[in-house]
Amino acid sequence: MDRVARFKLYRSMLECRGLEKRAYDLFMQNLIKGTSHLGLGQEAVAAGFGTAMRPDDYTFCTYRGHNHTLVRGVPMTAILGELMGRACGLLRGKGGSMHLTSTQHGAMGSYAIVGAHLPIAAGAALSAQYRKTQQVATAFFGDGTTNIGAFHEALNLAVVWRLPVVFVCENNLYMEYTPIEQVTAVKNPAADRASAYGLEPILIDGNDVDVVYETALAAYEKARSGDGPSLIEAQTYRHGGHSRADPGKYRPSEEVEAWLARDPITNYRARLEKLGIDGETLGRIEADVQAAVDLATETAKESPKPPLEIAGTDVWADGGAEWRN
Amino acid sequence: MAELSYREAVAAGIAQEMRRDPDVLFLGEDVAAAGGVFKTTEGLLDEFGPKRVKDTPISEQAIIGATMGAAMTGLRPIAEIMFSDFFAVCWDLVANQIAKTRYMTDGQCSFPLVIRSANGGGSRFGAQHSQSIENWAMAIPGLKVVAPSTPADVKGLLAASIRDPDPVMFFEQKSLYSVKGEVPDGEHVDTLGAARVVCTGTDVTIAALAAMVPRALKAAKILKSEHGISASVIDIRSLVPLDTQTLLKSVSETGRLVTVEENPRLCGWGAEVASIVAEELFWDLDGPIVRVTTPHVPLPSADSLEDEVLPNVERIVRSVQRLVD
Repeated sequence: MDRVARFKLYRSMLECRGLEKRAYDLFMQNLIKGTSHLGLGQEAVAAGFGTAMRPDDYTFCTYRGHNHTLVRGVPMTAILGELMGRACGLLRGKGGSMHLTSTQHGAMGSYAIVGAHLPIAAGAALSAQYRKTQQVATAFFGDGTTNIGAFHEALNLAVVWRLPVVFVCENNLYMEYTPIEQVTAVKNPAADRASAYGLEPILIDGNDVDVVYETALAAYEKARSGDGPSLIEAQTYRHGGHSRADPGKYRPSEEVEAWLARDPITNYRARLEKLGIDGETLGRIEADVQAAVDLATETAKESPKPPLEIAGTDVWADGGAEWRN
Repeated sequence: MAELSYREAVAAGIAQEMRRDPDVLFLGEDVAAAGGVFKTTEGLLDEFGPKRVKDTPISEQAIIGATMGAAMTGLRPIAEIMFSDFFAVCWDLVANQIAKTRYMTDGQCSFPLVIRSANGGGSRFGAQHSQSIENWAMAIPGLKVVAPSTPADVKGLLAASIRDPDPVMFFEQKSLYSVKGEVPDGEHVDTLGAARVVCTGTDVTIAALAAMVPRALKAAKILKSEHGISASVIDIRSLVPLDTQTLLKSVSETGRLVTVEENPRLCGWGAEVASIVAEELFWDLDGPIVRVTTPHVPLPSADSLEDEVLPNVERIVRSVQRLVD
């Protein structure tokens, strides 16, 4: 793998980490309300796929979707602004943390009902196939999604129609609070289901961004060659709880420690140094990313609240909300 | 003018739009090779081929999800849900995803799609294949809701729905499929949100939808010939958008309103219509607003029982008589 790709992967993970740590801080300062679902610890999946895909590819993610949206090139200010309910927000406060979307970046939405976006991603892939654009749709989802009907319906349809779609399960071992293994018939919730749909089981270390990146490249190559969908299970771990309301106390401390030692970012930094990239270069990237997070935070904080009249717009394509004459 | 059945008008409407616009795709269970379980889509596969007319598995979430994903990436898909009762297994995709995503994304996404479905009773199919669910859809901001009563309206309103930039729930009343009527030759495109005054009277306005329209008309004839009561009959045609102006004008002339609804009593569309008329025309009314509905029960299967609960001509006549006398 070339150096440029590695720098991109490292920077992408740092951006995710920096943005979400800041989101956490802003929550503690009561500048972000409601809820947020952080992907701290899971950055390698979003960064690996985001770096491997084409700018015009489609991504569909979950309510834990800050990172997957950011890696498409969506500005940090727009994401933090949305979390804070500001006019500069990506959706001007009409969607919030769980619905980040930027169609101009191919980020086709964050879906907050488990499983919904898998068939929707299949539909985007059907559209790409029909229009012969060579675009690929990627759906990111958690381990809990593998037990909902939409997962199975989407996989079956995608295989039957040979759709250019990649299904990426981020298995972080817990649905919300309950360990996935306690409520699932198979050990590997996604990979062990692959054969039911005639797919190759793909189980990878989701904390190794190089592995994720290479796996993504292969899946995109397959999809673009007309060879249909892939189902990838990336094993990873969230450093925090399910959402803001959850301190994650149900997890044994040895388990947490073991996974903290597998932090995708610190380990990747060590690998890059071993490959001869000097600490000063890496430090420059880190400082750069931190400055970007700081600037985005300040810009978002200065942004006013959204104009109240937009609460009644954009129900319909004509921009309005009228239902009668 | 050619005479077509309500059933044939479905395929005629879809074919007209598929000939005109290559972005129109059609998918559903048994819709292609079999021509639909109600034979509403015969001939479409032969004319447009399997890339545009697609048989799906029995996977309603996949059907609706794929329709949504295709619509948000540039196509103009039509989906069929075989019986409207089956919306219960894919309601997330309809109610949470399709209906809300334009709003939540601050207008970034468009959903020019149509979901057609066989709706309503009278076919002795029992409680899970006979419901009138247009009021489920009507209760959700972001969905347009259309229910034609004649073959000409099936073709014209279906064409208008396909061309509409917003998601349209298109309810075909299954007991009307064999009814024949004149359909304009050549391209026929109607307008959403326009009610039709089917006949004009002076004593009472009867507002009806889909299969209740021919019953209301029959009742109006009996009221005239046997009781000397002159009734206007309005075919609502589209619940969202709702043509309240036509309705209010008629009621202001007659001073009385009776709604005839196939849905079970609670929260049927007539309740909304009654509330609008009560708020805006209260001082012009010569009597209470009367709703004729199916009682608040699931539909029974036996012909005698189903006929007992669905609003029939006799019950409409009696209700109007009581109001006017």
